This record gives sequence, C-alpha cells and structure tokens, in this order.
Amino acid sequence: MTHEQFEVLSNQAVAACAVVYFLAVLANFAQWAAGRKVAEVPAQVEQPVSVGGGSVAPTEAPVADESDRMELFSRVGVALTVVAAFLQFVAVVSRGLASDPVRVPWGNMYEFTLIGTWVVVVGYLLLYRRYSLSWLSPVVTSFVLVTLMIDVLVLYTPVVPLRDALQSPWLVIHVIAAIIATGAFTLGGMCSALYLVKERWQRRQQAERESGQEGPGSGQEAGAATARRSGGYLARLPELAVLDRIAYRTHAFAFPIWTFAALIAGPIWAHYAWGRYWGWDPKEVWAFITWVVYAAYLHARATSGWKGRSAAVVALVGLATLWFNFVGINFFFGSGSMHSYAGK
Amino acid sequence: MSGPATGYEPPPLRPGELARWTWRQLTSMRTALILLFMLALASIPGSVVPQEAVDSLRASQWRDKHPQLTPVYEKLGLFSVYNSIWFSAIYILLMISLVGCIVPRLLVYWRGLRRRPPAAPRHLSRMPQSRSFETDEDADAVVERARTLLRKRRFRVEVRNGAVSSERGYLREAGNLVFHLSVLIVLVGFALGGLWGFKGGVIVVTKDSFANTLSQYDDFRAGALFDPANLDPFEFTVNDFDVTFIREGREAGMAHKFAADLTYRTAPSAPERARKISVNHPLTLGGTDVFLISHGYAPHITVRNADRSIAYSGPVVFLPEDSTFRSFGVVKVPDARQRNGSTQIGLEGEFYPTYAFIKGKNGGPFSAFPDAKNPAISMIVYKGDLGLDAGAPQSVYALQKKGLQRVTSADGKPVRLDLALGRSATLPDGLGSVTFDGVSRYVKLQVSHTPGQKVALAGVVLALVGLLGSLFIRPRRIWVRARREGGRTLVEVAGLDRSAGGDLSAEIDDLAAALRPPTSPTAPPAGSAQLSSTGSTTSGESS
Ligand code: HEM
Repeated sequence: MTHEQFEVLSNQAVAACAVVYFLAVLANFAQWAAGRKVAEVPAQVEQPVSVGGGSVAPTEAPVADESDRMELFSRVGVALTVVAAFLQFVAVVSRGLASDPVRVPWGNMYEFTLIGTWVVVVGYLLLYRRYSLSWLSPVVTSFVLVTLMIDVLVLYTPVVPLRDALQSPWLVIHVIAAIIATGAFTLGGMCSALYLVKERWQRRQQAERESGQEGPGSGQEAGAATARRSGGYLARLPELAVLDRIAYRTHAFAFPIWTFAALIAGPIWAHYAWGRYWGWDPKEVWAFITWVVYAAYLHARATSGWKGRSAAVVALVGLATLWFNFVGINFFFGSGSMHSYAGK
Repeated sequence: MSGPATGYEPPPLRPGELARWTWRQLTSMRTALILLFMLALASIPGSVVPQEAVDSLRASQWRDKHPQLTPVYEKLGLFSVYNSIWFSAIYILLMISLVGCIVPRLLVYWRGLRRRPPAAPRHLSRMPQSRSFETDEDADAVVERARTLLRKRRFRVEVRNGAVSSERGYLREAGNLVFHLSVLIVLVGFALGGLWGFKGGVIVVTKDSFANTLSQYDDFRAGALFDPANLDPFEFTVNDFDVTFIREGREAGMAHKFAADLTYRTAPSAPERARKISVNHPLTLGGTDVFLISHGYAPHITVRNADRSIAYSGPVVFLPEDSTFRSFGVVKVPDARQRNGSTQIGLEGEFYPTYAFIKGKNGGPFSAFPDAKNPAISMIVYKGDLGLDAGAPQSVYALQKKGLQRVTSADGKPVRLDLALGRSATLPDGLGSVTFDGVSRYVKLQVSHTPGQKVALAGVVLALVGLLGSLFIRPRRIWVRARREGGRTLVEVAGLDRSAGGDLSAEIDDLAAALRPPTSPTAPPAGSAQLSSTGSTTSGESS
C-alpha cells in the first residue's frame, strides 16, 4: 500500500470506529435505561446510606429480575467497544504508515487526540473485569465519541513529516508516556467526577429523607421522586469508598508516568533540542502545574478534612490543568511556546 | 502528620512555645497541601506574561505595547516570575516544610526498622477486614500453619500468646522518604545550574568564526556566581549550513534536515576538528554545549558614497518573520560621506528569499518560498543621526528613528529600494548608492553550560523510584488467632491495610481459605465450619 492509501485507510477507520462507538454508546444507555425502572423500588426503602466512609455496605443493588436485559446490553456495549477500539488502532497505525518516511503516529494535536482517546478506551477495557466497570461504560464511550468528533472536525490535519525538532527517540518515549498518563488521568478523573455526583446525590437524599421524617408526607414523596429521576444510574454506581479507591489507583498509576514524561524524558529531550533542560516555556509551566496539583491530590487523600470530596475536586482540577495544557497552550499561547503543534 | 485540630485556641504563648507552635503548623500536612496549591497558582503568571529569561525579545515587545502596566508588572516581578521573591518564598517555605516533615519521619523510620509486628488486637473482628471459622484442628497447629503461610508470603512474622502477628511493606515509607528527599536533590541540581551556569546566544554567518569570550555573544545570561574567566577557551568556524526545504506537496516549504558544518578547536593551540551539528545533535566541548537553534538569511549589502568609495559592506543579519522567511533587518551606515557635508544613513526593510509581488490595494511584496530562489530586498532609506554616539546600547536589529528622517525623491515620495540580487540603485540628493551583492545563510547558536544537570537527573530518577515504592508497596498487617471454644477451635483472621488505596479482602479470604483444615469436607454442613466475614468488600470491585 502507498502512503496515500494508508492515509485514506486511517481516515476511513476513524469514521468507522466513530460509528461503532456511537452504537456502543446506544447500547450502554440502553443498559441503564433497562435498569432504571428497578431503581424505583429501593428508593422507597428506608435505608442508611453511608456517606464518605466505607464501613457500612448499603445494599443498593436492585432486584435481580431486570438484570438479564442489562447484562445483555452491557455485553453488547463492551463487544462494540472492543470492535471500535480495534478500528481505532488501525486508524492510529495507518496514520503512522501514511507518512513518508514512516513515523510514530503522534506528531500533531489531531494524532495526539486520536491516540489519547484510544489509550482511555484500552485502559477502560483492561480494567473492565477487575473493577467491574460496566457503570463506567456510558461515560467512557460517550466521552471518546465526542472527543473523536471534535478531533475530526476541529483538529484534523493531513499527514506531514515530522519537523526536525521532533525527530528524536525522545519523541517516542516522552510523548507516549505523556499520552498514557493523560489517558489514565482522564479515566481517574471520570471516577472522581462520578464520585462527586454520587456523593452529592447521597447527601441530598439523606437531607430529603431527614426533612421527610420531620415534615408531612409530601417531603417524602418529593424525595422518592428525586431518587426515581436520577437514582437508576447513580444507585448502581459502586459505593463511594470503592469509587474513591478506583480513582486513586488510576491516578497512582498515572502519576509516576507523568513524572517520567514531564520531569525526566521531557527535560532530557529539551536539552538536546533546545539547549536547556528546563526553560519555563508555557507548556513546561503547565506540565509542572499539573504535576504539583496531582501531588496535592495524593496529599489530600492522606490529609484529614480533605479525604473524599475535596480530594476528588483536586483530581478534577488536575485534569483541567492537564487538558488546558494540551488544548489551551497550543491555541492561546501558540506563538509564545516552543511546543506549539497546533495545525500546521 | 497534621497539626493540632482546628478550633484549638492557643493560650498566650511564650516565645519558645510560639516557635514550636509555628513550626508544627509549618510542617503539617495541611500546610504542605496549601503550599503545593500556592506553588501551582504562582506558576501561572509566568506562562501568561512573557518572561525575560525565556524570550527577552517578546518581553520587551510586550513592554512597548503596555506602557501603563509595565511599571506595575516590573514591581511585581512578573517578567521574571520564577526568580521573584514571592515565588521563591513559596518554594522555600515548601522546602522547609518538607525538611521539617521528613526529618522526624526519618528518625521514626530508623527506629522502627527492626520493629516487631504489633501484637494482635483483642477484638480481631473489629478490624477493617476479618474472617472467622471453626475447625476441629488443634489451635497450636493452626497458628503454626498460619505462621509458615505468612512467612512464605514474605511477611515479618511473630507468634505471641497464641496469635500470629505479621506485617509487610515496610519499604513503602522508605520509598516515600526517598521521594521527598529527592525533591531536595533536584532543587540542589537546579540551583547549581542557576548559580554557576550560563546561557548565551550568538548568530554566526557562514564562513565566520566564533571564539568563546563574553564580547562575542549577542546575548548572555549567567548565574550570580558565574565567573567569565571560567569560559572554556574553544573557538569554531561555521563553514557551511545545509537546509532542505520540501518543494512539493502539502508540506512544501517545511525545512528539514538542517545541519551546520563546523570546524572547532577546544583551545587556541588544540588541533582542529570537524563536526556537523543539527537540531537534537549538539556539540559538547568540555562542560559546554553548542546547540543549533535556528537559521536565517544575511543579505550582503554595500553602501557607496557619491564618489563610489565604500561606506559599508557586508552580510547583514535579517530576522525571519514568518515561515516563508520574509525577514526584517536594518543597515546602519555611520560613516557615509556626501559631497556637501555628511549625514549618517540608515536602511530598514525586508528580505524575500523568493520574491513575489501581488498588485492591488492589499498587495505588496511577499516571499513565495523559504528557499533563496529569487532573493530580493526592499528597503526604506533614512538619513540624519543614527544615535550611535548617545552612549546607550542599541539593538542591531532596529533603527532609532528619533534623529532620522525618511529620504524622499524629487516628487516628494519616500524612497523605497527594491533590489533583486546583483542590482544597485542610486540614492537621491547625492547620497550615494546601494547594492545587493549576495546572500549568506546564518545560524543561531546557543552556547550553554549548566552544572548540576546530572545531580538534577539523578534526583528525578531517584524520586521516581521512591515514588513507585511509595505508591505500589502496600504495607499491611495480618493477624491470626486460634483458641479453643466449646470443644472446637475458633480461628480468626484479620487484616489492616495501611496504604492509601488498599483493599485487603482478597488476601484475607485467600489466607482464611488456606487455613481451613485440608481434610474438611468440600461442602461443610451449615454451622460446622462456616465462614463469617465483615468488611467493605461488596459491590463494584473484585480485585
Ligand atoms: C515539594 C513538595 C512535595 C511534593 C512534590 C510532594 C509529593 C508527594 C507525593 C507525590 C506523594 C505521594 C506518594 C504517596 O502517596 O505515598 C506524597 C506523599 C506524602 N507526602 Fe509529600 N510532597 C511534598 C511535600 C511534603 C511535605 C512538606 C510533607 C509534610 C507535611 C509531605 C508529607 C507527605 C506524606 C506524609 C505522604 C504520604 C501520604 C500517604 O500516605 O499517602 N510531603 N508527597
């Protein structure tokens, strides 16, 4: 195949995988729609709900009858995601083969995003069984679908060879480490976000239950209505302690990789390419900020008063700085940063 | 690790107590957390405001554009955030906090190095993870088996009063300490480079030479303790510079494979050697590195007096303005002589490697391609006082127009010289002539010496190793107790995960299963050897 044909293949594979991701999103939403009805039942049951802690195990698991259909949709969703991830892999590889000379498929933002979302999906699939991640499926697939659409519509660039500064073995090492860390932080951030949503929902339920106990029956009905509205999905999320733990483990995996990418491989490469290992270039500044915020996240989890909710917020702040560095620096600081890879 | 609980009202303190209280606050985990946030926040302005040390050209352009804000920003140190007092204060406080936090933990760790696993708590069932079952086996035998099993799993094990205490994962704390200490090492390496290092930029036109002395640099920045006498005495000549511009396809115009051919000596008396340098492949001479940063064009321009004698001649460095290498430059001719008195001459304008022209209102000259295929210059002519005698240093890339006026032709229009390669033009009013003789390429080199790089690198690598230990070693304690109760043996297994994200349930299940008597029937009748468990191991996770 010629380089041009590989480029066409890559573009077609991106389109194909987007379609399959879309089907996966449908399957995943169908799964939770199927489970929604069930949640009405436990919403009425008076039950202590653990907030923050993990010692009480609330049995929120709904009645088992409906779970067959959920199980089916869940499997379909995962199977479609696997297919889509494979197609996306084809897209990534052929993107590299499309260049003359052949190169690694991460040389500009379109490609970073393509492979970054792929890393998110692969991370999710790898952890799927271990952490029973079916609750994360709708979030991951819709995130990847939306990001890919933005990637194709806004960031698409035709294949070009790498600029001289990018031609270094450190490109392979530094960028792949940064992308893996970004993917893992993104997954971790999803868990932290779900933690916050569920935590808020539980607090509100608790408050409504309390007001319901005090006041007349209307309060209770309102509480039940709230639970019915949002309870289906949220009730089936793992309990907070588990969400927190999964989020922590994902972040703990990503943090050393980010340390390596941003504070070891990056400076070594910068030394060869630009004659200094650390120059407070905007991209470097933000990589450092991200690192410091995630270090703060790890500290927050060990500091009383910061565990749980505050730590999750810190994790999301970290994710915001990470994405800002990726997207914002290229667009807002383009001319001021040596790391400007936006478009051409 | 955290300080006293909030809401604690300190009574009037004696100085010693106050000092201790302050120290405890400073070294608390909460303070560390807040300082980390402040560090992150304080870094932001440096990415928004152009930094003197990063890009002094952009910084001075910014200053010109914002005359009102500039003095305020100067005061706040916003043009050199990372050397500013407030930024330094934050990280110095953080480092003090770090030392204050690490040293006591080091001592504790040191003392605890040979620590025995703590005795089994009285109520094992209250531990975060616990299981219990009954068996007919002898209590001592169960304890003995538990001991061997845990040993095999590399636990530190001790048997006390019919119970096994065990612990493992001591290295987590070591890793954490190593990580935090390494942060200090990195900082030391950084400081070495900042204090004793230097970084200089120089533009060298091909065929020209450079000797490593202060006066030869275009810009030079050095640390407070740098001594110019320590500059390595090397010198080099840039013989040639190669660049290939892609000619066709969508990436046309992109430069690639650029490299400069140097001959160098490490000292004036040393033998001459040849080397090619390119992006990502610097030349290292002693402790000093020479990097190829960028490149550009230096048109040869000759200015003649009216009597045809040469007033100025040579390659003039023009700075590229865009990816087509349309470049901007000036020529200063202080010694021009005219028939009737003398006036200094300045030229300012652009160089186009591949000259092209669009007619029309928004048209004008432009460069169609970055390679020098059809080079031309387009210059505006000034006469008057270049201001070179004023004493204040001037940029060689800009005219100081205070004492200058534009030269106009007979019809009153400002003179613009559009010269193709090899062409000349005569200036009005007997000011002489200008010739565009040729084009050379130049390279922009960065010469830098950064001591402490290896220290910093060792520091980050060590930090990473410590971090891995700190994050992935899971310190945990497991206890097993067996005692006779009502004619049978009650076995309790309990565990405590002391790491931040641990979940011991699987390990405890595993151990409990292994401890059940090997002879027990596969499906024990209810109540005979039932396994009861507590713990937060339910929905969602099955690690
Ligand atoms: C330069 C500043 C600092 C950085 C970059 C930093 C970074 C980190 C990181 C990345 C971790 C995670 C490793 C782990 O979870 O074991 C950590 C943990 C920890 N840090 Fe720091 N730290 C800094 C300063 C401090 C200070 C000043 C203290 C003392 C109050 C401190 C105390 C701790 C403790 C006790 C842990 C263990 C927390 C746990 O058990 O999870 N650190 N630090």
